[in-house]
Parts: sequence; structure tokens; C-alpha cells
Amino acid sequence: MAKAILYDTTKCTACRACQVACKGWNELPAEVTTNRGTYENPADLSPTTWLKMKFREIEPGGKVRWLFTRRSCMHCTDAGCVKVCPSKALYHHELGFVAYNKDLCTGCGYCIEACPFDVPRSDRNLLTGIAKMDKCTLCTTPGLDRIAEGWEPACVKTCPTNALQYDDRDKLVAEGRKRVDSLRDAGWANANLYGENELGGLHVMYVLDDHPSVYELPVNPQISAATVAWQDAIQPLGWAVGGLTVLGLGLNYMVARANINREKEKKDVAGS
Amino acid sequence: MTNHWIDIRNSDCIMIIGSNAAENHPISFKWVTKAMEKGAKLISVDPRFTRTSSKADIYAPMRSGCDIAFIGGMINYILNDMERNPGNYNMEYVTQYTNAALIINSNFEFDDGLFGEVKDGKYTTDAKNTWKYGDTKTPAADPTLKDPNCVFQLMKKHFSRYDADTVCNITGTPKDTYLQVCQTYTATGQKGKAGTIMYAMGTTQHTYGTQNIRGYAILQLLLANMGVSGGGINALRGTSNVQGSTDMCLLAHILPGYLNVPMESDADLDTYIKRSGKNPDATITPQGLAGDKSSNWWGNSKKYVVSLLKAWYGDSAQTANDFGFHYLPKCDPAKNYTHIGMFEAMGEGKIKGLWCWGQNPAVGGPNSNGEREALGNLDWLVSADIWLNETAEFWNRPGADAASINTEVFVLPAACSYEKEGSISNSGRWAQWRYKAVNPPGVALPDLEIMNLVMLKIKELYQADSSAPGREAVTNLVWNYGDVNADMVAREVNGYDLTTGKLAASFGSLKDDGTTSSGNWLYCNQYTEEDGNKCARRGAVDAHPKEIGLYSNWSWCWPVNRRIIYNRASVNLDGVPWDSEHPVILDYDSEKKWQGDVPDGGWAPINQAKEGEKYLPFIMKPEGIARIWGYGRVDGPLPEVYEPWESPLDRNLMSGTKTNPCAFIGKYRNERSTPSEYPYVGTTYRCTEHWQTGIMTRNLPWLVELMPEMYVEMDEVLAAEKGITAGDKVVVYNARGEVNAVAVVTKRFQPLQVGGKTIHHIGVLNHWGYSGMSTGDSGNILTPHVGDANTTIPEYKTFLCNVRRA
Amino acid sequence: MELSRRDFLKASGAAGIGGVFLFGTLDPTAALAGVPRFLPLKNKVKETTTICCYCAVGCGAIVTTYEDETLKIEGDPDHPINEGSLCSKGLAMSQVHQVDGKPNPLRLTRPLYRAPGGTAWQEMDWGTAIETIAQRVKATRDATFDEANSRTEAVASLGGGELDNEECYLLSKMDRALGMVYLEHCARI
Repeated sequence: MAKAILYDTTKCTACRACQVACKGWNELPAEVTTNRGTYENPADLSPTTWLKMKFREIEPGGKVRWLFTRRSCMHCTDAGCVKVCPSKALYHHELGFVAYNKDLCTGCGYCIEACPFDVPRSDRNLLTGIAKMDKCTLCTTPGLDRIAEGWEPACVKTCPTNALQYDDRDKLVAEGRKRVDSLRDAGWANANLYGENELGGLHVMYVLDDHPSVYELPVNPQISAATVAWQDAIQPLGWAVGGLTVLGLGLNYMVARANINREKEKKDVAGS
Repeated sequence: MTNHWIDIRNSDCIMIIGSNAAENHPISFKWVTKAMEKGAKLISVDPRFTRTSSKADIYAPMRSGCDIAFIGGMINYILNDMERNPGNYNMEYVTQYTNAALIINSNFEFDDGLFGEVKDGKYTTDAKNTWKYGDTKTPAADPTLKDPNCVFQLMKKHFSRYDADTVCNITGTPKDTYLQVCQTYTATGQKGKAGTIMYAMGTTQHTYGTQNIRGYAILQLLLANMGVSGGGINALRGTSNVQGSTDMCLLAHILPGYLNVPMESDADLDTYIKRSGKNPDATITPQGLAGDKSSNWWGNSKKYVVSLLKAWYGDSAQTANDFGFHYLPKCDPAKNYTHIGMFEAMGEGKIKGLWCWGQNPAVGGPNSNGEREALGNLDWLVSADIWLNETAEFWNRPGADAASINTEVFVLPAACSYEKEGSISNSGRWAQWRYKAVNPPGVALPDLEIMNLVMLKIKELYQADSSAPGREAVTNLVWNYGDVNADMVAREVNGYDLTTGKLAASFGSLKDDGTTSSGNWLYCNQYTEEDGNKCARRGAVDAHPKEIGLYSNWSWCWPVNRRIIYNRASVNLDGVPWDSEHPVILDYDSEKKWQGDVPDGGWAPINQAKEGEKYLPFIMKPEGIARIWGYGRVDGPLPEVYEPWESPLDRNLMSGTKTNPCAFIGKYRNERSTPSEYPYVGTTYRCTEHWQTGIMTRNLPWLVELMPEMYVEMDEVLAAEKGITAGDKVVVYNARGEVNAVAVVTKRFQPLQVGGKTIHHIGVLNHWGYSGMSTGDSGNILTPHVGDANTTIPEYKTFLCNVRRA
Repeated sequence: MELSRRDFLKASGAAGIGGVFLFGTLDPTAALAGVPRFLPLKNKVKETTTICCYCAVGCGAIVTTYEDETLKIEGDPDHPINEGSLCSKGLAMSQVHQVDGKPNPLRLTRPLYRAPGGTAWQEMDWGTAIETIAQRVKATRDATFDEANSRTEAVASLGGGELDNEECYLLSKMDRALGMVYLEHCARI
């Protein structure tokens, strides 16, 4: 059963608790920023900023609107980044979203090019010279895996108005459609559920009261032909060689997990 | 708050005026959103389109400082509509539970913005006497509301001047938007409907701030929105325990539990009780209403004062010495001891020592340049804080000559909120216990321990000096906490039955004969023999029969765990709730009494009670009913439009009286800005990411990342005129100083048309200062040393300024 | 402290783990992808409930301390007002104590003293600080005390909105016993 986040722009107050929650849970340091004449900060996503809120002022028909939008990984089903990742550091989590094994990242930067939403960011470590990509993992980063604990992502948990929800994707699609219907009933003719079908279905969907372009979201996002070619033609060659190793690693991992779970149970009993 | 945070979800219409709840109280929007999901309307009234406005059904811009015009016009709208469509209103409530029907002194006069004669900034006693009821002890009522001297008719006459055109000409609100607000909010006047007002400093920080709130009170009473679920007048309050600190009365005019401070003329305890007006003789019994009895709860104040003195002076408080009444300091009625008054006195060199406990006036006080300079007149200054704040570092501020500042400064390192244990009270009056998670850094200590050490040492010094003046007030003070902890103090605050040594059960058991103690009668019941420390309760189930969200077993709230105050006004004369879906109290029967919330007095419904026992619902008022006509204020019984001390207009568009005649005007370094030099309306406010003087947020990298620098906001028209674009460095300045900031040029401020002039606002953030990680100029450099007529709260929200590129 | 709703989450969390990895083992594409080695969450030392120190909504928060001496703060899911959520300030409250795993370097850790005309801070021990302050208070009070009215107008007190109730009460008590009438806090401003 795929899981997803539903972000309802009409309920968001842009308090940016989600931004701090992301930094807090994922142990990300603050960036040094400046005020550029807007509330929005940091200026861009970065290896230490995986989520940021965008602020936009518009004045349709002389009436001011202040629009808030979430900028973070959209966790596509048809994910360009996963397709191009040569080391399989980026992969589809069992629950559908795009998870990440940073240990395997070679810093090639292909994912950055392949993302239709311009999300992944990479930094070179000044000491080791090694570049690594970073982005939202939907709180599945090893050692910080809230999803494995059965918890909500940190951003969702802290959201004061439930503008962010985390649940089975099917349920959220239904909920999103319902909200879009009621927005249309209230006169928002262009209301839509963004991400229901885009790129095979996103695992972060938006309830919008207006056209996606008003929220500066890509209309009908696509992954490039080059990206598709990469995955369908070139990558399988590499996998034929690497497959056995990975299978071995997988088994290794299952044994290790079983041990960890047993340890954990013991502790819980002792602690109760 | 008369109600509480969760109760917002029960509202049918929420008017956010004078506050910016989405930004400054973000979690409140959980409940605003829930109400809206069930169909409630949200109205945002603000000079600036805020994150709150972004979620509103109606956004009404308003020139800063025009609440009385705005609300007065709504009152006028209602009064006119009430006559046409009485069925749309709860006339039983208006007539029986408010003083709308009461007859006022026939000599009352209102002329050209004044309610009688003013001398030296004060209404004369003769003038004030005309504001009272015609019969001051047993006032007559006309339940038909027709008598020309009844409150209703006087109010109608007063507000008839507040027609929509006049109002919008003052406020700059587009008339169609304004009428939409009137119509939408007024719909909550129907029986069973509830509207709430969420306000904060945008309301209070004016020279007529108290009358702004009086306007809300009148509006809410006319719409029968007080005492009901989803209604109320809800002060959001800015700091985590500003409710508790107010309850404990760290204020110049009140003792713990809102008891009056003694004055010089109070020769003894009884004189004090009599003068304070909080005594049984103050009872007023309206005639001709269904209810015939007012409980005048303040009549019990002697019990509370004596119990307080027993808590403070123990065995040294006896009948023979008036329970140590003379140990209490007595105030000079001619002096203003409030914040502004304190810094005026400090500026004059009259104050020699100051201790600050987690407060940072060098940023938070008005007219920063003046207040910072005044600090230099102190001999000594103590700052107990968790950070080195601007007040502690005032001698080292930019432009100061440290060598010429002779103030000794002591900085005491304190523990943060989760490095110690104790309770705090939120705006909904919930006193909640919090625990210690980690040790404070270094040798820092909780303030409680610091206070204990300081006071023990002071007592020791007085013990050793038999000739010291006022020695006994110190040496006789009960101060035997040993290794002090919050638990033992919480018990003292609750109080004891001194004959049994047991904790007092509630303030109902306190006595005036010295057999009980209570550090704060209002908190008596927070800690009982039966239930222990109730502030620590975590009952997460809403036990109210209709689950209206009271959560009465979660923590504890004053008074006596009553979650919605004035709740006897939520039922009709027969005791039937106006709103059957969200009743607050319900199902009265003589055996079981009321169900639901703790009632404001457990008496029977008025129509079931015997003659002489028909208790009126507003128990804290001497007349038992709510005051639409509020004759207790110093500046008039009804709100009236005045301009701020610094106004962009050359006259008051409503009368010949330009400013509040009773406002407090400081003299110390308080230059006044004129509209010719400083044509723009400045207003200060906060943002979500920072807090108050900023010292608690400007030192946290995650928040500094979000809002890194001091900024100001202005509309695009003004910015274009001045050649300013977003992100430019600008200087905002007036007669009192200059503020450097980054310009945020925004559509969210729009020029307003007022009295034929175009008015521009400049929004100035108030979070920055010269200490800590993120530094910048303080918005309060621009604010004046003037205060509200009743409270002396500074006029931070409206002043004049100009702007230029840096 | 009863943490009922969280216990429930914990239980469902355990089920979640089983579910996730059961699918994982059956899904060959997942095994082929770079699923990282599982790393459990850090070991907790304790969870402590608190109430947020910023605005007056009174949100509940849980301070979790870990064996590596770091701490995290999240909303208390059992708290009826905030139901687990917190705003940006409430969440950042952890940085009052600790930034990036280390003590916040801007916190005051010991008493400081600045002499008249001085241009720098000097460190001071608690004993000296308390003794000196007590002497200053007494000297100023005694020199200015109005015995008829049991007051001094030369010593002032500010603060309270950020103190606990018990601290506010003690401050109210001691200020008044000392005869202070200039006694205010942020509720006035």
C-alpha cells in the first residue's frame, strides 16, 4: 500500500514549522541567510535544506492573495532521479516514495539534471573531496527513519492546521478530490489535485485552489527523453554484473535486521 | 481569554482584529481551521494583509488606530438592525444579562468628543458621577429599552454618528467590504450562534486601547456572545506565562489575585477594603429585571487579602496588627508607577536600582533611545536571564560611552523553561505543570533558586541591622523554603486551612479571620489534599456531556477549573442553553445542580429560583450584569473615536477633540513627530519566526535562518515614490530616532484613502537589538512614550515616521 | 505521566516495521535497489513533558534526551491544544539548550559583573554576586525608605511573563516586602 503526503495550500499558514521540523529531525544545521526583501528563506533548497516554503503575492482582480507553496521532493512514481542514478542510491521505497542510500551516492549529479522539479542538491565535502547529493527522504534516512517506526514524517506531524497529512495514497487521493470538489463548489473553478496523475502519480500531492502555474508548479511535468533512454537501455547492462553482489547484501541486511528487532524487543520488555 | 483555545472550534464566525493569530499564535489556527471546516467564517481586520488574512473569508484593511470607528460602526449597524429585525437577536440576553436596560443619571452629557469636563488630563468627579446609574444602589431598568436615559438609547444616540460612510472615511476601509464585515459578524447575534473576537496588542497598544476592548465588549454583549461556547473576547497574550504573571500581579496597581494595591490614604485594612470598592457594600441591585440578586463576588476580597497576608507574614499577621497590612507598600495616587512612569522616573534620576527577571526593556520598552539612556541613571542593575540581553549590555550599546556610564551591572545566569520545574498559565487560564529535562548550562540556576538566595541574604542583612527602616516588613516575611522547589511554592500559592494544616480546598473556604492562608486566592484549588497538584493532570478525554472541547481534567484553570467564564449567560432564564449543540452548562436539577462546565455560581436558573435568590450571571460585577455602559473607566462610559498621539490627520474626523484627553504623555526624551516631516503611519509588530525582544529567537540558528535581518514593510506605491525596491537597505526615522532595516516592498500593504488624504503605512518589526547572534535596530526606537488612559500601555501601534534609502 | 496516544503509536510503529520489511523481502526490485542497512533510532535516555516557552497558547512538547547527550523536541501528541504539532518557534526551542549537538554557545553559564564606568564583563562567583546585590538593595532601600507608606520609590522590578507561576509569586512577595511600588512586567507593554 503506497503512502503519500497531501499538502493543502488552502489550509497552510506558512508558519514554516515544517522547515524547522525537517532540520530538527534530520539534524541539519542552519544556513547563513540574508533578507532579500521577502519572508522566504533560505533562498534555495540545498544539501542542508530539504524543504522550504515559497511565498508569492498576486493581485487578481485587484484583490491581494498571498500564496504559500511547499518546495521539496515530490516523490514521483515515474522518478527521473531513480532512473538515472547509476549507483542505485536513489530507489523506490516499498511505500512508493523516493528513498535514498547516501552511502552509495557517487556524486555524479545526474539526478539533479533529471528532476523535473529541480529538487536534489549536491555539495562537495571540502575535506574528502567527495560530492554527495541530498534531498528529502520522507523521513526514511537510516538512523532517522520515522516511517519504519510507524510515525508520520516530521513535517507532517508538526503542521498546526493539518495542511500536511500522511496516509495511504489512495485515501489521500480520495480526500484530495473531495476538497477540490468543495473548493469548486465555493467558486474556485480551477481548483485541482496536483500530483494525482503527474509522473505516474506523485507521493506528495497538493490541493490547489487555482491552476498549478499560479503556484509556480510545473504544468504537466515530464522526465526528459534522455533520462528514459538512460534507464531503459544503458543501466540494465550494469546491473547484470552488479546483481549478485546486491542480492548478497540484501540477505546480509535481512539477518542484521532480525537481530536488531530481537534486541529492541528485549529492551522494550525491560523498559515497561 | 474568557474562553480558551480549543473552544475557537465551536465558533460560527471568528473576527481576528488587533491580532495576527496565524503568525503570532500559529497553533491557534488549528482551531480556527477546524471551525472553518465546519462552515465558520473568518474575518481579518488589519492595516496589513497578513498570514492570518491569507486564510480569511473577508479581509478588511483599516488604518492603524481606528478600532473604535470600525467597531463603533458595527455597533451602530447592529442597533439599527435590532429595531428592524429583533428576531435576529437574543433580546432576552441583551435585556436581562447586560445593563442595556438600566437608567443612567439624567445629567449625563456628551459633547464634541467629551463626556463632561476634563481638568489636567482627568475627567472631574462631577463629570464621572453623571456616568453612573440614576440610582447608584438600586438602579431602575426599562426592559422595553425605550427610556431615553436607558443605556440602550444613550448608546444608540452615541453611535448614530458612526454611520458606514463616516467610519470608512476614518478607517480607509472600502465601504462594501466594511458592510460585508458588519453583515457577516452580526449574523452571530442569533440565538444559538456564536462569534468570537481574537485580539492582542494591536488592540491594547493605543492611547485608547482599553476603550478599543470596551468596543469589543459592547459588540459581543449586543450579540449575546459572552459566556457561550465559541464566543467570548479572547486576548491571545504574547508570552508563555504572561497570564500567570498577571494573575500573580507583578504590576504596579494590583496584588496577587487582582486585589487593589493599598494607597497612602488607606489608614487601615478596613479603610482599604472600603476604598477599593471590593466589598459587600458595593453591591448594586438592579430593579425590574427577572434576576434580583447580584453576588458581587469581589465583596469577598477581605478574605483574600487577609489570606494573602497570612501567607506572607504568618504568625506576624494577627488581628491586633491588622494582619500586617502596614507591611504592604502604599502608593502615591499622584504618581504613575507603570512601565512608562518607571522609565520617566528613572530618566529623572529618581530610581537608583532595578532588577530585571527575564525582561529586556532596552528592546521591549517604548522610545528605546530614551529608555536606554535612562538606564544609565541607575546606580545598579541586575539582569537575571538566560542570555546576555540588550538591557544588561546597555552600557556597551552602539554610540554609548561606557566609561561615562556609572551603573554597576550584575548578570545572573538563569535556567530555561525545560531546565527547571514549575507551572505556567496560558491565555485560556490553564495552569500547566512542566518538568525538568536537562540541567542548565554551567552554574546557571532556575530563577526560583536565585530569588531564594537573594531574599535569604537580604533577610540576613536586615536581621543583623536592628535600626534599618521598614525592617519588620522584611524580617517578618515568611521565607523558609530551604532548598526551594516549585512544588512547595505551589502549595503556598494554593493556601491552607491553618487550623487543620490541610491544603485549602477552594477560595470558597478562605476566611477573613486569619485562620486561612492563600498566596493567590484565584489559584486556590490548584493543589488540594484530594487531587494533589492539579496543574500536572493529563486527562486527555473531554468529559463534557456534549464534548465541546473543555478537557476539564487536563491541567487546571482558574477560577476553580471553570473553562468558560460568565457561563451562566449561556443559558436562558429557565436554564436552557441558547445553543443546544454546544451548551456550556446544562441540565440543572436541584439535586445534581448543573452538568458540564463548573458554573459561575451553582445557583438555580433565574426563573426557578425563589424571590431574592435570582442570581444574575455576571458575578464579578457589583450589579451582576455585564456593562455595555462601562462607567468605571477614566475616559468615559462608551468608546469614542480619537486620533493617536501622532496622527497623519490635522483633526479628528468625528469631533473637535483630537486625542484622548486622558492619555498619559511622557516628558522624558519624548519628542513628538509632526505629519509635515513624518507623513507615514508607523506601526510595530512581530513575525512568526521571532518573538518579543528577539533575545529568545535571535540566538537560535534555525530561526535566524528563516528571518535573518531586521526588516520593514511598505506598499509598492510608497516604495516607488521613494525609489525603494525589495531588499534595499532603508532608514525609517522620526523625531525620536532612526532604524536601519531591509525593505520588504509588498502588495500586502495598500495605500488607504482617509479624509481625502492618501495614507501609507510602514510596518516595523520589533524583534531586533544589538546583542546576540542576529543583531539589528529595534523598532521601538521609533515608538513614543505615551500610554493608554486607563492602563498606560504604550502606543506602539501608531506613530509617525518617514523613510529613505540608506 | 500517561502517554497513552503515543504508546499506541509506538505499538502501531512496531507493526509498521514488520509490514514494511515483509514487503521488502518479497519485492525483488527493492532488494536490488540500494536499500541501506537498517540503522535504529538513537537510544533515548528519557522523555520529559514541557509546555512551550514562547507564546501563550500553552502547547505541550516532549523533550527527548538521547544517550549521546543530544536532545530533540516535538509536540506532545496527547496534548489537547496542539495535538502533537508545534510552530517554528516551538520546535526551535531545542536550540535554546543545544545547537547542532553542542551547548548553545550564547547561553549565560556564570554570573557576570560590570563595574561603574567599566568597559568589560568580569566573571563573578554566585556567593559574591548574591552578597553584593543584597547589599545594594538594602543600601538603596534604607536610604530612600518612606516609613509612613512602607515603600521605596528608588528600587524597581521588571519581569515575570517568562517566569513560572511559582517564580512570579515569589518575586511578587519579595518585591512587596521590600516596599517596591515600581513593580511591572511585560503585561503592561
